[in-house]
Amino acid sequence: MTTAGLASIASATVAATGAGPVEILTTRHAYVAFALLLCIGLYMMIANPNLVKKIVGLNLFQTAIFLLFITSGYVEGGAIPIVPSGGVETGTYVSPLPHVLVLTAIVVGVSLTAVGLALCIRIYDEYGTLRTDVLRELLRDEGSIPEGPDLREGPSNVPDGLGGESDD
Amino acid sequence: MTDVLLPVAIAVPLVAATLPIGLGLRYDDAGWPVAAAATTALAGIAAAIVASVARGDRLSHALGGYRPPIGIELVADPLSAAVLALVAAVSLATLVFVRVAGPRGNPFYSGYLLLVGGLTGMTLTGDLFNLFVFLEIVGISTYALIAADRSGASAYASLKYLVVGTVGASLYLLGVGYAFLATGTLNMLDMQAQLAQVGYGDPLVRASYALIVAGLGLKIAVFPIHAWQPDAYQRAPDAVTTIVASLVSTASAYALLRVSYTVFTVEFLAASDAITGTMLVVSGASILAGSVLAAMQSDLKRMFAYSSVAQFGMIVAAIALANETALLGAAVHLVGHGLLKFGLFLGVGLLAFGYGARRLEDLASVAREAPFTAGSIAVLALALVGIPPSVGFLGKWYIGVGAVESSLAGGGAAGIGIAVVIFVSTLFTLSYVARLLERFYFAGVGLPGDHGEPAVADGGTGGDDTAGRDDEAPEASPRRVSPVDGAPTVPGVPDRVPPASLAVLVAATLVAVALGFAGFGLAEWFDPFLTEVFA
Repeated sequence: MTTAGLASIASATVAATGAGPVEILTTRHAYVAFALLLCIGLYMMIANPNLVKKIVGLNLFQTAIFLLFITSGYVEGGAIPIVPSGGVETGTYVSPLPHVLVLTAIVVGVSLTAVGLALCIRIYDEYGTLRTDVLRELLRDEGSIPEGPDLREGPSNVPDGLGGESDD
Repeated sequence: MTDVLLPVAIAVPLVAATLPIGLGLRYDDAGWPVAAAATTALAGIAAAIVASVARGDRLSHALGGYRPPIGIELVADPLSAAVLALVAAVSLATLVFVRVAGPRGNPFYSGYLLLVGGLTGMTLTGDLFNLFVFLEIVGISTYALIAADRSGASAYASLKYLVVGTVGASLYLLGVGYAFLATGTLNMLDMQAQLAQVGYGDPLVRASYALIVAGLGLKIAVFPIHAWQPDAYQRAPDAVTTIVASLVSTASAYALLRVSYTVFTVEFLAASDAITGTMLVVSGASILAGSVLAAMQSDLKRMFAYSSVAQFGMIVAAIALANETALLGAAVHLVGHGLLKFGLFLGVGLLAFGYGARRLEDLASVAREAPFTAGSIAVLALALVGIPPSVGFLGKWYIGVGAVESSLAGGGAAGIGIAVVIFVSTLFTLSYVARLLERFYFAGVGLPGDHGEPAVADGGTGGDDTAGRDDEAPEASPRRVSPVDGAPTVPGVPDRVPPASLAVLVAATLVAVALGFAGFGLAEWFDPFLTEVFA
């Protein structure tokens, strides 16, 4: 069912581009994979309560977009776009631009993952859990909407107690 | 040769960002001086760029000598110059507050300069993919800064922002990818010409714009997808909230404006009713929901965070209206709202710093203790409502007039609807601002010290006979506002807040009011951009 739906999305993309239907038809499966990865990543981010798995979902989501760029840059029988000096420019060359973009996007993605995982470590150190449902409860207990003057005592006391519990 | 200023403006903060960490190996306090020097230099460069744009030039620079459309182009026109001026001024002014309020440590200043560099890049770039890179530089440094105060709650808020913000940036990238597939170029102006050839009805082009709007909408925080924003603003250290609230969403909204009008053009918007209609509905909901939610808050930072949701709803609505007056309103409100939110969050931060209170019920009669701080917040909050003369009034006025105009010009009921929504939202804004004013100025009736005598805590100026009564104060039902231990004192000023930051706050307030008189000047400033867009 879903595969058929995604395939129709992919074929819509094919119809939409129009520019080079032959090239795109031969690599259609890559577009299906792109749509699948995108949906799986998004679903993981929304449905999975574990923060690290949310970040894995985020990576899948980004990878899907990289795949789209790579696929769009693929030319059947295209050569590496390096023309020797004095050589003749014959034959088909692959456009290097999508690859450069993906390289940059990968670097961005890696740094985002690093920041995200660092934050996960901080959260785990503080609360001893990575599940959002548990975290939300803890934050509520700690006083996400704190009342009155204990505003500054609250956050520093509660985590200590929790640290003790998670050690047991 | 002023064009060289454009890459220098971006390079200065980015290169300087490496210095605090490098120098930190040897000097413990290298961060602040480096950041101050870099942002001062940026302010000077920004002033030169603004002066050059004011003479009617359109600055552009091809990076690395590669001519666009192949190379990356940096551009400064009136719109980007205005946002650049805001970025430079706010990043310099926030440093004054950062010095006293923290967070401290050299890595913080590196992150701060990265953020400033990213914001500068977003305003000046003329390349869609380059915009994505700067969007992510801004994103990553914002996530790090929000979590800079080492509390668990801020780390959680930051992670939430990270996941949502990355999805937003990725959707933007996906949209750019679709547009790239359709045209084969990434330069904004070149793509504008290419898109017109491909045809605005092309599904790929429409999907591309829809994805870009969705992605930037997540970053701007419009209503249904705003959930990350109040937590992030509330949990971040006060100084970080000041710069993030005033600049980060503003830069994303600027990006949306730029992409909508420089890349996709008015004709495209006019030809895609489904997309602009959805944008209008979403932004209308955003204006209403943001104001209602803000009226329900009692934490000041959260209140103003929700108010940002409403104000950015107005800007997105003005972008979707594709009307000259509304677009002028969007540009004015973009800069004006950034300035107002800078002042408001700075004021709230100062009260929290000097008096340890950041909730409305803890701030009874704070105007008596801190007349200048409370007065500035009051004036800025009234400007946020849209009381003239203030920059908040100008933006709202132009957007409202533009909305009505677009309806009268045959644009259907949507324009009138937006005008009505803005009016209702203004009432809600007035309701929470009135609550704030009541708390600041009138809630202390019956409290000790309620006879016009300055209620000064021990150690203050002239606190002779009030010291004895201070002990009884906590029994009164609305708590007295009292300065925290070690709050700074300034001779001649009753406010127990850092004097330099207070001066910045008062200056921001004065500028916000003064700009209210500059309606004609602002219209003239943005005129070259508007005539280019609506040519």
